[in-house]
Amino acid sequence: MSTLKPVLSRTFQLILVLWAVVTILFLMFRLMPGNPLAAYIDPTFTLEQQEALIRQFGLDESLLRQYFTYLGNLLQGELGYSFRYRTPVAERIWLLLPNTLILTFSSLIVAYIFGILAGAWLAWRRASRAEAFALPIVLATRAMPEFWLGMVLLAIFSFSLGIFPAGGTRSAGTEYESLWSLYTSADFLSHLALPMLTLAIYSQGLPLLLMRSNMLDVMKEDFVTMAKVKGLSPYTIVIKHGARNALLPVMTSFAISVGYQLQGNVVVESVFSWPGLGRELVSAVSASDYPLAQGAFLMIAVVVILMNLIADLLYTFLDPRISHA
Amino acid sequence: MLETTVPEGPVIRIFRAMKLPVGDNFAMAGLIIYVIFALTAIFAPVLAPYEPTEILYTVDYDLASDLLPGQEGHILGTTSLGRDIFSQIVFGARAALLVGLTAAFMVAFIGTIVGLISGYYGGWVDTILMRLADVAFGIPFLPFVIVISAFLEPSIWNTVIAMALVLWRDTARVIRSQVLTLRSRGYVEAARVSGSSDFKIILRHIAPNIVPLSLLYGSIAIGWAILTEASISFLGFGDPNSISWGFMLQDAFASQALSRQAYHWFIPPGLAIIFVVSAGFFISRGYENLLFPKLGR
Repeated sequence: MSTLKPVLSRTFQLILVLWAVVTILFLMFRLMPGNPLAAYIDPTFTLEQQEALIRQFGLDESLLRQYFTYLGNLLQGELGYSFRYRTPVAERIWLLLPNTLILTFSSLIVAYIFGILAGAWLAWRRASRAEAFALPIVLATRAMPEFWLGMVLLAIFSFSLGIFPAGGTRSAGTEYESLWSLYTSADFLSHLALPMLTLAIYSQGLPLLLMRSNMLDVMKEDFVTMAKVKGLSPYTIVIKHGARNALLPVMTSFAISVGYQLQGNVVVESVFSWPGLGRELVSAVSASDYPLAQGAFLMIAVVVILMNLIADLLYTFLDPRISHA
Repeated sequence: MLETTVPEGPVIRIFRAMKLPVGDNFAMAGLIIYVIFALTAIFAPVLAPYEPTEILYTVDYDLASDLLPGQEGHILGTTSLGRDIFSQIVFGARAALLVGLTAAFMVAFIGTIVGLISGYYGGWVDTILMRLADVAFGIPFLPFVIVISAFLEPSIWNTVIAMALVLWRDTARVIRSQVLTLRSRGYVEAARVSGSSDFKIILRHIAPNIVPLSLLYGSIAIGWAILTEASISFLGFGDPNSISWGFMLQDAFASQALSRQAYHWFIPPGLAIIFVVSAGFFISRGYENLLFPKLGR
C-alpha cells in the first residue's frame, strides 16, 4: 500500500497534466490565424478526402464538439493526415521516433559517464588549480547555444577535416535490409557521431556539477570521517564510500535530462539534417503542415511528461528520506 | 551601552541583501561582463563602424562580400551580402539585452506573484496554482516557443511572451517554498495578531525577504532568454527586423559559411552568446553563496 499510493497519485497527476497539455495544443492550433479547417485540411486534398476529414474531426461542428472529437481521436491514436507526405501523421511519427531516441539516449549515456567521472574527480581535487580551470569551462558549455556547437563541430570535423559526414543518417544510395542492420552499420554510426557529440558536450555539465556537489556533501558525512579515521585508502574512501552515495541523485536526474534533451534536439537535428521529431516539428511548422506539427509536438510533450514522472518516482523510491506520508 | 536599532524599511533591506559580491570571483567576473555588455548595447551606434544591415562596397565599387578579417579595414570581415560582421556583433548586444531583460523581468514578476500568493494563502489557491506549474513543466519549452512564434507575427515580443508563459514555473516554486518558511516566522505571526492586513504583511514582511531570490531567478532567466531567442532566430522564426546573434548564425548557416570555412563569421556570435549567458550563471552562483551560505561549496 505504501509503495502503491505515490505511484497512483503521481500517475493521476500525469494524466491531468497530459490532458491540460493536449487542451493547450488544441487551442493553440485552433486559435491560429486563418480558417479553422486549415488545421486538418489542405486545399489540395480531394473532395472525398476533405469530407472524410471533416467527418472524422467534426470540423463543421461547434468548437466544444470538435474538442471532444479531438480527444476521442487522440485516444485512438488518430492524428490526421500530413499535408506534405499524404500519409497518416501517426505513421510518420513512429518512423521518426527511433532516430530521435537513439540520438538522445546515446548522447546522454556518454554525457553521464563522462560527467560522473569528471565530477567525482573534481570533488576530490577540490580547491586545486585543476578545479579553478575546469569549473568556468563547464559552466561555459552550459551557456553555449547547442546549434552553434554543432555548427563548429560540423565545420571542423566534416568540412575542414572530412572525418565525418555532414548530415542525415546514411550515405546517399545505401539501402539496408532491416532497421537493425541500418542502426548497427558503420555508415549510420559515423553519421551519428557529430550530433551525438554535440548533445553530449552540452549535457555533461548537469551530471558533472551534480556529482561534484553531492560528493562534497557526502565527504562531510560521519561515515566518511569514520572511514578516514579507520585509515582506509583514499581510493576506498572516494569510490566505495563517497561516489556510491553521491551517485543516486545524479541517476535520478537522468530522466529529467531526457526531457530537456528532446527539446534541445529540435535545433541540433536541424543543423545535422537528422531525420527526427525535432527537425520534423520545425519543418512542419515552416511548411504549415499543421497536423504533422501537432503530432510531433504532442509526442515530444508525452515523452517529457513521462520522464518527469519517472524522475519523481525514482526519487521517491531510491531516496528513503523522501516519504509520501 | 544602549543599543538603538532603527527599523529598516523594506527597500533598504533589499539593497543590503543585494550587496556587491566582493570576494566571490565568479560573481564579480559575471558582473563585469554584464557591465561591458550593457555599455556595448547602449553605445552600439558609437562603437559600430557601419550600420548592421548596410550593404558595403569596396573602394573599387565592388560588393564587399566575404572579406576576411582585416581586409579593407573590416575588423571581423564581412558577410556574403557585404555587411560588416563586427557591427552586427555590436548591434546584436542590443537585441540580446532587450530580450534578456524583458524576459527576465516577466519571468521574475509572474513567478514572484504566483509564488507569493500560492505560499501565503495556501489551500485551494495553492493547489490550483501549483497544478498550473505542473502543466507548465509538462510543456516542451522550445517547441512551444517555436509554435507560438511561428503562428503569431514573428517579433521579439511574441518570443518573449511565449518564454514567460512557460518559464515562470521555476521561480514560482522556489518563491513559494521560501514564503512557506517565512509565513510561520515570529514577526509575521506578530504582524498578523496585531491586525495587519494580508496585503500589508505580504508587502512589508514577506516580499522584501524574497526579492533577492526573485532577482537571482531573473538573472538566470536572462541567459535562458538569450539562448532561446538565438535558437528561434536560427530556425528562422525570429524577428526579421532585428539583427541578433541568432540571426547572424542563421545567416551564416544558410550562406554555406560552414563549407567555406568562414570561421570569422560564425564563431564570434557564438562566443558573444557564451560570454553573456555564462555571466548570468557566474552571478547566480556567487549570489547563491551569499544568500544561502549553507549551500556554499
